[in-house]
Amino acid sequence: MSGGTFVGMPAFPAAAREAVGNTTLRANLRHATHTIRDKRARAVAELSDWDRLREAGKRIKDHTLRHLDRYLVQLEESVERAGGTVHWAADAEEANRIVAGLVRATGETEVVKVKSMATQEIGLNEALEAEGIRAYETDLAELIVQLGHDRPSHILVPAIHRNRGEIRDIFREEMAGWGRPAPDGLTDTPAELAEAARLHLREKFLRAKVGISGANFMVAETGTLVVVESEGNGRMCLTLPETLISVVGIEKVVPAWRDLEVFLQTLPRSSTAERMNPYTSMWTGTTDEDGPSTFHLVLLDNGRTDTLADEVGRQALRCIRCSACLNVCPVYERAGGHAYGSVYPGPIGAILSPQLRGTGSEIDASLPYASSLCGACYEVCPVAIDIPEVLVHLRERVVQGGEATRGGNRVTLKPAKGHAAERAAMRAAGLAFARPGALRAGQRLASRTRRLHPRALPGPGRAWSATRDLPEVPVEPFRDWWQRTRGGGGGSGDDRTTEGNGR
Amino acid sequence: MSGRDRVLGRVRRALADVPADGLAYEQAVDRGYAREHGERTAEETVDLLAENLADYRAIVHRCTEDEVAGLLMRLYAERGSRTVLVPPELPPHWPAAVGPVRIHDRAVSTPHELDRVDSVLTGCAVAIAETGTIVLDGSPDQGRRRITLVPDHHVCVVRVPGQVVASVPQALERLDPARPLTWISGPSATSDIELDRVEGVHGPRTLEVVLMSGA
Repeated sequence: MSGGTFVGMPAFPAAAREAVGNTTLRANLRHATHTIRDKRARAVAELSDWDRLREAGKRIKDHTLRHLDRYLVQLEESVERAGGTVHWAADAEEANRIVAGLVRATGETEVVKVKSMATQEIGLNEALEAEGIRAYETDLAELIVQLGHDRPSHILVPAIHRNRGEIRDIFREEMAGWGRPAPDGLTDTPAELAEAARLHLREKFLRAKVGISGANFMVAETGTLVVVESEGNGRMCLTLPETLISVVGIEKVVPAWRDLEVFLQTLPRSSTAERMNPYTSMWTGTTDEDGPSTFHLVLLDNGRTDTLADEVGRQALRCIRCSACLNVCPVYERAGGHAYGSVYPGPIGAILSPQLRGTGSEIDASLPYASSLCGACYEVCPVAIDIPEVLVHLRERVVQGGEATRGGNRVTLKPAKGHAAERAAMRAAGLAFARPGALRAGQRLASRTRRLHPRALPGPGRAWSATRDLPEVPVEPFRDWWQRTRGGGGGSGDDRTTEGNGR
Repeated sequence: MSGRDRVLGRVRRALADVPADGLAYEQAVDRGYAREHGERTAEETVDLLAENLADYRAIVHRCTEDEVAGLLMRLYAERGSRTVLVPPELPPHWPAAVGPVRIHDRAVSTPHELDRVDSVLTGCAVAIAETGTIVLDGSPDQGRRRITLVPDHHVCVVRVPGQVVASVPQALERLDPARPLTWISGPSATSDIELDRVEGVHGPRTLEVVLMSGA
């Protein structure tokens, strides 16, 4: 695996073009996203107050973000009162250093991990490997990704791009290198594959001394952490080891115990389309003789405060990582998660990654364009993040530059280089539209020469036309056609319109 | 500067332009959403629990308090369980005097010892009808979190209608966040392979819920 930051990824258009040509990937994705999207709609329809829950979730998160410093300090007090230790990490490197130090202090060289976006984001597994500590992913999909030397492609189902045949091949070839080999004669039925994973991982769970997790929610009032999962691998990692280390983004805090009543209704239905996920674990510090005797919470910034400083973009921090937006997105469905070059793919990734990482790299500058702005992502979002609004805002930042916060400091971004052609074209269009005579002459000329037009634009426009079909120039400019026909039917066209309006 | 000061300083600078909204937490959120969905009698709520448990492949049984020992014996026999793990304190009449060997969870029990047990029997703290969920809170009739995780067969006795609530908001009101909580909705499951749901990955592959009335 090349790490959480996906260094060296091509920009979205290039990565997407390659992905779209992969028919297996497209079929796997289409099947998976359509299955879950229909189920989700049914699960949501069971709750008559969905809109109110959605609004409450949005308000809780907005209120928390507005007073984030206060709730983080309260959370710290609550966790420490309950027997935990709280650490603060401004960036990935600091978080990795803290976690590696905590693991080393236990004397262990192996850890078991609950699936966690935050630890992927900071590249924790690779950082631990460099310290001689092996991290075992225990979520079935993460196991498939880890064994396949692959990268996750979906927030909830990281191996969504793999079908059962591919998974069987990965298990057969790779399991032995990581521990218990795959059973002989393993077939590609999901039940047999899950059983193989159970046997492979159980030996690790039963001997593990250190567990590492993220969290879906942290309650400031009580110090409670919440992990929502399905398989039981989470419960294994959260309760069997002696030491538990949780790495959690600072935006995951909610003020009060009661707030969970909103998110525990909206998260499972939005993500796996279930009334409730099979297992939810909640723990507050440590409990005598039940679960880990040592608990560390690492609070992670890593670009979150920069995102918080952007008044349009900060709403991305409401995200509860349900992945509903991925499953409805026509762009994600065709391009797949890898094309986004980030642990956060899909519509939410397109606004979260360029804010967490900045728009400096080619891939991050291209992500706000990885959307048709159809708005389906906003419709399904259980905390009502207006993803299209943030996409447009970020496009503006990429093209025009402007004020932003990076690493806690205000900076002025320059306009992105790649957009010179677009700006030139827009300037030219502005000039032409301001001069009707020139526009008319140009249009007539274009119509007369239409057979000579190339299929793609030359020069700096090539990149634009490489991902779009050039519109065909009509035989006759619209203005001329209108003057000649008055809308196609002479005077009768106007009559029909009037008649229609009168009814 | 410590990481703490750096992060909190950044948060405060990021929010510098945010006008104080003056809204206390209590006023910031409209709690106009439902406390429960639909109007049901206590019996109907229990029926809904049974229906939703079964929908996520838990096996549901009903009995009276007098019948529970006999029912439990039958469940162990059908499964061929020779050993049953029990939390520190179960109501004495639940497990019958005869039957499989009862094993007590002790602080020193290793996960490997738990892995050799055939079945585990517990009570619960509360059950949620709308979602088909049982919640364990580590009380003496439920034991440590690990005992309902490692063995492959979990039998949970729910006292109906007293321990059943309709909804998630009602369940949270009853629970104590200071205790370690485990919410269970059906047996362990995964949808990671082509989004096909498969029961049984790491947690118990069989969950049997006994709805015991008269308590």
